[in-house]
Amino acid sequence: MIEWLTWFTSMENTKPFVLVLFFITFVGIIMYVYTGRKRSERLESYKNIPLTEDEGEQSTHPEEANK
Amino acid sequence: MANEAVTTEQYNYDIVRSFTIMTIVWGVLGMLVGVYIASELAWPFMNFDIAAITFGRLRPVHTTLVVFGFGGSALFATSYYVVQRTCQVRLWGTGLAKFTFWGWQLSVGLAAISYMMGYTQAREYAEMVWPIDLLIAVTWVSYLVVFVMTLVNRSQPHIYVANWFFISFILATALLHIFNNMAVPVSMFSLESYSLHAGVQDAMTQWWYGHNAVGFFLTAAFLGMMYYFIPKHVGRPIYSYRLSIIHFWALIFLYMWVGAHHLHWTALPDWTSTLAATFSIMLLLPSWGGMINGIMTLSGAWDRLRSDPVVRFMIVSLSFYGMSTFEGPLMSLKSVNALSHYTDWTVGHVHSGALGWVAMITFGSLYHLIPRLWGTKMYSEKMIFAHFWLATIGIVLYISALWVAGIGQGLMLRAFDEYGNLAYTFIESVSFLHTPYVVRTIGGLFFLTGMIIMAYNVFMTIRKGRVEGAALDAKLAAKLANA
Repeated sequence: MIEWLTWFTSMENTKPFVLVLFFITFVGIIMYVYTGRKRSERLESYKNIPLTEDEGEQSTHPEEANK
Repeated sequence: MANEAVTTEQYNYDIVRSFTIMTIVWGVLGMLVGVYIASELAWPFMNFDIAAITFGRLRPVHTTLVVFGFGGSALFATSYYVVQRTCQVRLWGTGLAKFTFWGWQLSVGLAAISYMMGYTQAREYAEMVWPIDLLIAVTWVSYLVVFVMTLVNRSQPHIYVANWFFISFILATALLHIFNNMAVPVSMFSLESYSLHAGVQDAMTQWWYGHNAVGFFLTAAFLGMMYYFIPKHVGRPIYSYRLSIIHFWALIFLYMWVGAHHLHWTALPDWTSTLAATFSIMLLLPSWGGMINGIMTLSGAWDRLRSDPVVRFMIVSLSFYGMSTFEGPLMSLKSVNALSHYTDWTVGHVHSGALGWVAMITFGSLYHLIPRLWGTKMYSEKMIFAHFWLATIGIVLYISALWVAGIGQGLMLRAFDEYGNLAYTFIESVSFLHTPYVVRTIGGLFFLTGMIIMAYNVFMTIRKGRVEGAALDAKLAAKLANA
């Protein structure tokens, strides 16, 4: 039963296997990120997180502080 | 102060303040040692025949103080700040967070003292002897626990991308530190130990650690800083959030494989060298993707460059990030490496990343952070401008001097006469280095002067913040007494 596992013990097998595995995962991430209009909009909406924090502080930049 | 009281209760800023102050302290000390050892190379009499201050002992003091003292404290400070702000939750484990502060400061301080006393395990950027390694491991695991538990308790459903970079840096550094420092102590009460790895595997492990310390400690973590402080300071969201996701995953996938490019033309198998060079070239893509993402965030706010020195620090840091991540892959090519390796070009490259990218983004972020932590404005904006110019001129002098030094040195060491003999003796290449070394020292002095100005500016800002805070508290107390 565990005989097929011995296939992984050979570096000649695991190296290309891992290469293909990582490559497919990476392509999967790219496809996930850049397909689907709704998903794209949702992902892009996260960029506003630092700007929507609740902070009652003034900018130290003179032009903004004067606003 | 009312606002500050609310935010102080909501978030743990005490720990951020402590790490911020130590960032400045280690920055001044580490850069001072850097300038001193640069002077020793230019004027060797400065060793004064005192073993504790020779180049060999002070060099790891310099790297430890600037990388782990200055850079590490800056990362603790900003990651603790960013994770609280973006998750909208107080930092988990106040006591454990305090432990990470003392554990880290003690590790850096003890490491510096032990190097000067001559104790080292002779692994680059990991010279600490085994008891300090253990202290670092415990501190680092505590850091991981504090950070992860804060993420678990978050009120914001999404984990902002800056935190992805921070968590990858914490995880990777834990792995690197533990595997690189596996050793058997000579005895229970000895500071000496034997590495668990041997021969070429030992070299490979060291550079797997060494380059990933650059990749995860000095790159990924500071990108976390960049992804929060640049949009926050200019008041514009990051150019593309989706690009930041690709940037993150591509960087994480590629970095782990490139360490062997430090061992070209050695006993390392040729395929390992080629693999490392190939991945190094591929790294150019995510690196530049991230740089473009940062620069494009400033698109539409370019006018701020004229009036806001903090934006200048940020844009220059991104420019140096782009430049050093172009130079790195170039130097990882075996043919280029044959010229550049064992020369000062490598030292110059490291500093264009460390001073240009790491220090500049840290300065920009701290100038944004410090007024908010102490509830006041920076004491002097003119001093920030002065710091910016001193730092920028210092870096340019430093790296151009070491390009001349390194390329010249490499060419001299490889030159042959018509009979096939070496055209230059080794000492001729050493004499050639004197002038570039003097210019490098001057560049370092510029950078150190900027750092000292920053320290003074920060000290005065903190004092101003405390005075203003006390005055406001007194006013509030008087109002309450009259009511």
